[in-house]
Amino acid sequence: MLNPDSVGRTFEGANSITVTQSEIDAFCAVIGETNTSVAPPTFSIRISLEQSQSILSDPSIGLDWTRLVHGDQKFEIFSPIKGGDTFTCSSTIENYRVAAGNEIVTVRSDLKSGSAIALSSWSTLVVRA
Amino acid sequence: MVDSGGARMIEVGAALPTHTFTINRELLKAYADASGDQNPIHQNEEFALSVGLPNVIAHGMLTMALVGKFVTDWAGGSSNVTHYGARFIKPVIVPANTDIDLTVSAVISAVEDGSVTLDLTATSAGVKVLGMAKAVVKK
Repeated sequence: MLNPDSVGRTFEGANSITVTQSEIDAFCAVIGETNTSVAPPTFSIRISLEQSQSILSDPSIGLDWTRLVHGDQKFEIFSPIKGGDTFTCSSTIENYRVAAGNEIVTVRSDLKSGSAIALSSWSTLVVRA
Repeated sequence: MVDSGGARMIEVGAALPTHTFTINRELLKAYADASGDQNPIHQNEEFALSVGLPNVIAHGMLTMALVGKFVTDWAGGSSNVTHYGARFIKPVIVPANTDIDLTVSAVISAVEDGSVTLDLTATSAGVKVLGMAKAVVKK
């Protein structure tokens, strides 16, 4: 079970991430996007879920990443991602509830370039009972 | 390709032309490699069945990426999409050696100064797979 003290807290990722053009090209190729000058709107999931998992895997947070199902996903894009961009990621546990024994957790991930947020995303994750 | 002139009038209630994508096991493998999501429920039938799924299912984020392609085609490029969200309500089921459809349509639900909201519908094999799917684009 999630530690109630974790709800509402923001955890900062330790490492910065640099997006390569070849990662964007590969993602575009799968969906048939020929304009690779910026990343497709959902590309950041490649970074945000992995970052959130590493940031929120601390046992004191209490989130079990092995039994997760993706419930919903939302993106707010302030500045489209380009090849060569470098970001830091922070993760916030924005919402938490238990329904029929399943834990439903909303994690917000902010990708920041310096102090400016380039992209925020919200992943609602269901930890199955 | 989506005809960007399809919704000739940008007004609330106008419908965009429907587009159908094809999903198969090869695409799931390609998406797994491009996204980093190698969860076996998207590639390994035996594993998928063992965890109670009807067959291999598509990554929800692949469905969202393809619907996103529909949005960006209409918006005139990825850089014009400012908001995009959806709920995963039913899996897209992908049997071996089979091409299955992802059929996408949209209706304009709001027009504000410089931005248009699309209410998106995505079905596969006649089943609605995304709920509350919306995108806001600069237009």
